[in-house]
Amino acid sequence: MLDFDALTHSSGEWLRGIGPESDVVVSSRVRLARNLDRFPFPPQASEAVKGDVEAVLRGPVAEVLPAGSPGYVRIDPLESLQRQFLVERQIISREHSESKGPRGTGIGPQESISLMVNEEDHLRMQVLRSGMALEECWQEISQMDDRLQQQVKFAFNSEFGYLTSCPTNVGTGMRVSVMLHLPALVMTKEIQKVFQSMHKMGLAVRGLYGEGSQAMGDFYQVSNQSTLGRSEPRIIEEVREVIPDILEYERRTRREMVQQNSDKLHDKVSRAIGILRNARTITSEETMHLLSSVRLGINLGLIEGIEIPTINELFIHTQPAHLQMLSRTPLESSDRNAKRASYIRQRLGAGEGDADE
Amino acid sequence: MKKCMRCPKPATLHITEIHDAKAQVVHLCETCAQKYLSTVEVGGLLSDPDDEDETADELTAESEALQAEEEEMAVSPVCPSCGISFKQFRSVGRLGCPQCYTAFHDDLIPLLESIHQEVQHVGKCPPETSDSVLRHHEMVRLRNELKAAVEQERYEEAARLRDEIQSIEATAAATDSSESTS
Repeated sequence: MLDFDALTHSSGEWLRGIGPESDVVVSSRVRLARNLDRFPFPPQASEAVKGDVEAVLRGPVAEVLPAGSPGYVRIDPLESLQRQFLVERQIISREHSESKGPRGTGIGPQESISLMVNEEDHLRMQVLRSGMALEECWQEISQMDDRLQQQVKFAFNSEFGYLTSCPTNVGTGMRVSVMLHLPALVMTKEIQKVFQSMHKMGLAVRGLYGEGSQAMGDFYQVSNQSTLGRSEPRIIEEVREVIPDILEYERRTRREMVQQNSDKLHDKVSRAIGILRNARTITSEETMHLLSSVRLGINLGLIEGIEIPTINELFIHTQPAHLQMLSRTPLESSDRNAKRASYIRQRLGAGEGDADE
Repeated sequence: MKKCMRCPKPATLHITEIHDAKAQVVHLCETCAQKYLSTVEVGGLLSDPDDEDETADELTAESEALQAEEEEMAVSPVCPSCGISFKQFRSVGRLGCPQCYTAFHDDLIPLLESIHQEVQHVGKCPPETSDSVLRHHEMVRLRNELKAAVEQERYEEAARLRDEIQSIEATAAATDSSESTS
């Protein structure tokens, strides 16, 4: 049984805010899609078939997890709040949370590994690291893949490679992504140029929670779109080689903002921390927006005494399911806003003249 | 894959209209086809919600739909393993099972080409993969890299790749001839 209480009060390795280029690069992620040879893909499978697939994969998945992992968890018996919590935590996808039938997830230590059984494919594995660390993610996930292949036979043909439910993933089944914090490019609207050039290079730009999600808190994920006809190292290279230019663009824009508009910028980040430290009720959207300014302020040395990991954690811990897990009770939207404000005040140290608590 | 005549989506329905013994073919996507069918007179098959003779119309519509489905099955390939048709795949965007890749092979090629610009896997393979398959993948991978290097005017790398390809081809030819003479 997964210890939700312990999870609620901890956070994943990828939020540590360290690792190469961590002023802009939040995390690196590699995922592989695999399917069993003789079963229909999950979207087409009956509950009974999904049950068979889950039974086949459960053991091998639990076995490849490193020692000290929270382990394999069945997702279907969980309450919807618990599933939503795992989505917010980036341990499972929204699709995995919302689909039906027997399904589970193997969770690795410090939330750096997740292996979803019966998502869109029979197996979706991902490795997540803080900072720029695609190569390390690939090494780790490829080793897990090797070990799994000693026990199960994945659907593969020599022409199309690893076969997947959606043809957009066929071949390597690999999606490589780097999550970036780009507040300066968003403020100056230069981000549009980044989108256009990524699109031209055949790369996708998505929000914090992947496909179809809004870019909350100025976080963007850059990832490959093609999975067939190039080797895994080549795909990693295609994504990695565009990152330095985006980092330089963001840093240059930050420097220019400091040089040309220092007072305005200082005011903006100071107001952001002021509101976060004093608000009595606050929406998720406003929180993300203000946290983004504070994160920028810390990186530019305009705010002192707050650590980046605290801010990274707040992006995740102030989301609806997290707040409800913290208060151990379902909350209406208005109660959540009050709970969110009080949680942030507690984490950031309340402003001067705060009478209660 | 034909495009819908009214929007940029791929056409999934192909309707042949016959007026005065003249046939005219219309290619439409699901959405546009529904609009088309509800505006164009097609023998009064679509039931009008206000129609008093609803049941009869519905029945006709139903039998017509069944017939259309049967016709569709006849033209659209069906995966013998999971039973989904290529058209069903096009409407949901997900294949039914691994064997669909074999059943719909020829129809998938243009689609894969437009998604990935390539149609031959060159990445990681399962441990039991034969040497000849691995060699084939290696050759495809090197040729793709050579093409990219030439396009991007990285000529030194292109020369190195060309030499590598030639040496593999020479080794393969030598192995083949020694195999055929022995």
